[in-house]
Amino acid sequence: MTQTSAQSTAALEALNLTKVYGSGNTEVIAMNDVTLRVSRGEIVALLGPSGAGKSTLLTALGLINPPNSGRIVIGGTPVMDGPRALVDLPAFRRRHLGFVFQKANLIPFLNATENVQVALEINDVPPRAAKRRAMELLDYLGVADRADNLPDALSGGQQQRVAVARALANHPSLILADEPTAALDSHRGRQVMELFRKVAHERAAAVLVVTHDHRSLDVFDRTCEMEDGRLRGTLEASTATAQTLA
Amino acid sequence: MNLATKDIRHNFGRFALTTVGVGLLLMIVMGMGGIYRGLIREATLLVERIGADFWVVQGSTRGPFAEISRVPPILEDRVRGVPGVASARRFVSHTIQREFRGRPLRIVVQGLAWPDDQGAWLPLVAGRSLGRAHFEMVADRSLGLPLGERVKLGKDVYEVVGLTSGMVGSGGDGLGFFTVSDAQSIQFDLPGDAIRLDRQSRRARAEAMDVGRVQPLLLERSAGMSSGIPALGPPMVSAVLVTLEPGAEPHAVAATIASWPDVTVYSKQQQKDLLLSGMVDKARRQLGLFRALLIIISTIIMALIIYTLTLDKVHDIAMLKLIGARNSVIVSLILQQALLIGALGYGLAYWLGTFAFPRFPRLVMIEAPDLVQLAAIVLGISVLASLLGIWKAVRVEPNKVLS
Ligand SMILES: Nc1ncnc2c1ncn2[C@@H]1O[C@H](COP(=O)(O)OP(=O)(O)OP(=O)(O)O)[C@@H](O)[C@H]1O
Ligand SMILES: [Mg+2]
Repeated sequence: MTQTSAQSTAALEALNLTKVYGSGNTEVIAMNDVTLRVSRGEIVALLGPSGAGKSTLLTALGLINPPNSGRIVIGGTPVMDGPRALVDLPAFRRRHLGFVFQKANLIPFLNATENVQVALEINDVPPRAAKRRAMELLDYLGVADRADNLPDALSGGQQQRVAVARALANHPSLILADEPTAALDSHRGRQVMELFRKVAHERAAAVLVVTHDHRSLDVFDRTCEMEDGRLRGTLEASTATAQTLA
Repeated sequence: MNLATKDIRHNFGRFALTTVGVGLLLMIVMGMGGIYRGLIREATLLVERIGADFWVVQGSTRGPFAEISRVPPILEDRVRGVPGVASARRFVSHTIQREFRGRPLRIVVQGLAWPDDQGAWLPLVAGRSLGRAHFEMVADRSLGLPLGERVKLGKDVYEVVGLTSGMVGSGGDGLGFFTVSDAQSIQFDLPGDAIRLDRQSRRARAEAMDVGRVQPLLLERSAGMSSGIPALGPPMVSAVLVTLEPGAEPHAVAATIASWPDVTVYSKQQQKDLLLSGMVDKARRQLGLFRALLIIISTIIMALIIYTLTLDKVHDIAMLKLIGARNSVIVSLILQQALLIGALGYGLAYWLGTFAFPRFPRLVMIEAPDLVQLAAIVLGISVLASLLGIWKAVRVEPNKVLS
């Protein structure tokens, strides 16, 4: 398990992932022999029709939905071998992964700062340092003025930016985002995408974003497309944009 | 950052209501314990205060409180003859229920051996002890008779000259202290017709016997006052109280009296044990059972509330797990909430109790060891109550965030 292949410098390696939901005649092959590599500093879009298995792939890579078979290596560390975890998954998630979903999923009884702070404190950052960093992140994302508000009092876009701040809190090496801009207007959506790009490039994080928003595809270094559980080829971003426009 | 308190602040209404409910239940649990302590105190107070080293009662009875005991008053003199006895005094105890100013008045009538015992040992809160051989009483405050009140019992009127506090019998009725002869006239008070009928029936019995027919004087006597008939002794008393001389050997005195076949002797401690093992013991079990039930109910209520608070948070718990929270973070969130409900409920119970318990009809004694014991129980049930919520929370999968 400790062997290091040539590609292990990649931030993320997924090898031959397969996921089957249900059994018998309700069986759905949501992910079929998916292999994917994302390098550090690279931002990749994951496209595909509804039901293609994008979320399944993303949650498998996020270590919250174990695949039936295949291997996942993150930052050179083998983490999953089929359904079997090779590391302490919660610890690995808090140190190396950042998540953003379509819904912000903020904790309703914590204000904006605390929602970011909690991710830091869970990762053993002392409370005072955690608070300082949380404020910095909110500032970075342009929601510092709403720092003391509960999620209920924030707009959808503001909530989503707090969620992004939370995902960035522990300097993750891999950021997974599932339709993060679906609830935002195109301007805000684009801002978030550009933010991801900035994070990928400035912090050498790998970012994988599921999106249906073809207008923002120029932000990405690369796009992949999924259909029926299979990852269909890897396209350069410019090609994908061209195809969509055609 | 404390997640538990943040969540509580967000769900304040529900949390506060639960705490109040648990607090009220705990107050009752606390009160039950206090009532039991009060029962013991009230049951043994008289025996404790009256200052007798031994109680001499009717042979093979457990009198005079646990059951009726009757001994002749002259037993007093016999006891005085025992070496080591400093004093012996007769004692009368019986409960009466009379009507007074339109409400029932229950008095545990205690007869004190005037003039040896004037009730100087009574814990008076007002007035004085008995100062005359007749027609005075010292009443407990719980009887509701003010100083100077005049109460007609039997054929005589008694004036309240002193008040005690907390002197009640094992049934919770207030004690009234009289001289023995007054206590007996209250006890044996008979209407004139009853006395006349009794005399007639005595005469009829005497006439039916040959000795009555041949002795006219005897016939006449039998229809007269009962004190004129040697076969009828003076009214019996309940017990004789013995006080030892300083330095006397208690075992020797007790052994001497115990060797008399007509009486039984109890030490002060034995007398207290008799009181506690009888009626008080049943009350203790009854209260204990209620306490146990209330503790179980409190646990169930707490468990349900903690569980629903946890159910409401399943999505948030999933999110916390997704961002890598250890189970300990989740467990402590729930456990802290349960402990907080328990601790606040306990505090509330204590605080409410300080207002409520003095208004209870019987003594409620909240003692430090009982408080500590209840605190430990509350700690236990808080932990127990959180288990259901914890069980639910640790099984939440992080991917629940997506649903
Ligand atoms: N928990 C589940 N149990 C059973 N089937 C599931 C489950 N989750 C997903 N599926 C199925 O797996 C397939 C892939 O689902 P997935 O959510 O990954 O698609 P997606 O590409 O994210 O679609 P969308 O764009 O609509 O979000 C679908 O056919 C879906 O019905
Ligand atoms: Mg999806």
